[in-house]
Amino acid sequence: MINSSLHRGISVHRIGAMILRYWYLLMSSWPRLLELLYWPALQVITWGFLQLYIAENANFFARAGGTLIGAVILWDILFRGQLGFSISFLEEMWARNIGNLMMSPLKPIEFLLSLMVMSLIRLAIGIVPMTLLALFLFHFNVYALGLPLIAFFCNLIFTSWSVGIFVSGLVLRNGLGAESIVWTLMFAILPLACVYYPVSVLPAFLQYVAWALPPTYVFEGMRALLIEQTFRTDLMLGALALNAALLVASFAAFLALLRSAKRNGSLLSGGE
Amino acid sequence: MTENDKASSRPTVAERSPSAAITVDHLVKLYKQTRAVDDISFSLPRGSITGLLGGNGAGKTTTIAMIMGLVLPTSGRVQVLSHRMPEESAAVLGRMNFESPYVDMPMRLTVRQNLTVFGKLYAVKHLAGRIAELAEDLDLADFIDRANGKLSAGQKTRVALAKALINRPELLLLDEPTASLDPDTADWVRAHLERYRKENNATILLASHNMLEVERLCDRVIIMKRGRIEDDDTPEAIMARYNRTTLEEVFLDVARGRVNGAKEAAR
Repeated sequence: MINSSLHRGISVHRIGAMILRYWYLLMSSWPRLLELLYWPALQVITWGFLQLYIAENANFFARAGGTLIGAVILWDILFRGQLGFSISFLEEMWARNIGNLMMSPLKPIEFLLSLMVMSLIRLAIGIVPMTLLALFLFHFNVYALGLPLIAFFCNLIFTSWSVGIFVSGLVLRNGLGAESIVWTLMFAILPLACVYYPVSVLPAFLQYVAWALPPTYVFEGMRALLIEQTFRTDLMLGALALNAALLVASFAAFLALLRSAKRNGSLLSGGE
Repeated sequence: MTENDKASSRPTVAERSPSAAITVDHLVKLYKQTRAVDDISFSLPRGSITGLLGGNGAGKTTTIAMIMGLVLPTSGRVQVLSHRMPEESAAVLGRMNFESPYVDMPMRLTVRQNLTVFGKLYAVKHLAGRIAELAEDLDLADFIDRANGKLSAGQKTRVALAKALINRPELLLLDEPTASLDPDTADWVRAHLERYRKENNATILLASHNMLEVERLCDRVIIMKRGRIEDDDTPEAIMARYNRTTLEEVFLDVARGRVNGAKEAAR
């Protein structure tokens, strides 16, 4: 009755089973679906009107049309990508289902891969309507960025997964008492990743910190594209290299935190 | 030969019982200064049902969690279905399963959706057929398409049991399988476990506070107190040793520290 390949390699079936689990959950709860749409829409409307107002009153922004609303959309890819990953993980903690999963043949890497796929699905549900709103209300077509948009998106989503993997490990180790980190950690990156302003605005010593964060390269790249109409390949490659290191480090941290949770017995308690 | 040499040349529990379903060898679990499990060893033959008895904090749940690989031992060895845990867990997790009050099934998913997800995780072939079979065996048909969160305690326990049996496990670990059930449902669950063991030659290890349940189901009882094994034998032999007619009386003797007196009275 049991598949003989159960303990060999990564199983697409087990990853599929987890995606199915989250899909059932999403489809069974309209508040969860609404929440995916609500915040991105609110963001783009608020910042879109702000951009319109500034554009009417400042030459620079008139020239650099779209940098603000473009930054809002890209920031939401980064933030919602991480939330999409982490909320699916938290659903297991809230449901006290982690023990069932850890005792099943599901491997940590398969669990994380299923969370990555879910973050893409949740992101698509939230971000696509957001981009359409930006197009119809403010005539900003993010898809007009063309191929560079793919480079921006990939780099941002890789960072969001790294952060998601790391905070999931923290919650696994420390229980739901560490849940607030899921919601707040990305905001610590916000000022340093220079989402709404160039790196040159920062004091010199903070610029080093900023350039250690992959999203900084993406937002600088976006401004270069919109203001100077130049696609900075060097920035994208820099972000990619940092993201590769970040993904490896976050996965190693997750495994170490999982092991610590097993040593500490927190997989059984799971609560505060 | 020193004492240490003698100890290291002595065969381990696993070496003495190579075909056992579970072997636990000098297992210790320390939580800071607390010895949750304190140097316990036992071996469970395949096809047996063993009850793990003990008061709250005796170390039963920690022992089961270490056997499952959810908790790492401080020292000692655990071998499950001839594989070392947790190092070789990938080779055995698909052949075992568990039910515990410390975990739940996702509440918003229906019973069928939950069983589908877990069936796929365990790579169960002909899954729809297996779910239908379990629904009939465990009387789930009336609520199989209802959300798990909307079920009564008894129905949830039956669903958790269905999840624990979805992969026809060779080894079943149960922590308080009938806790919070009415006597009728509890009796029904016990009957099902007995039948499952007989039909599949499965090994069952269950932790319980229900002495009648242990007397009825188990062919062996391990009594734990403060992380150590206080006694380990058949229910009949243990009751005879303590000169008691029920396991509940034995449990009270152990819990209240009347062990030696009771044993001497029996002699």
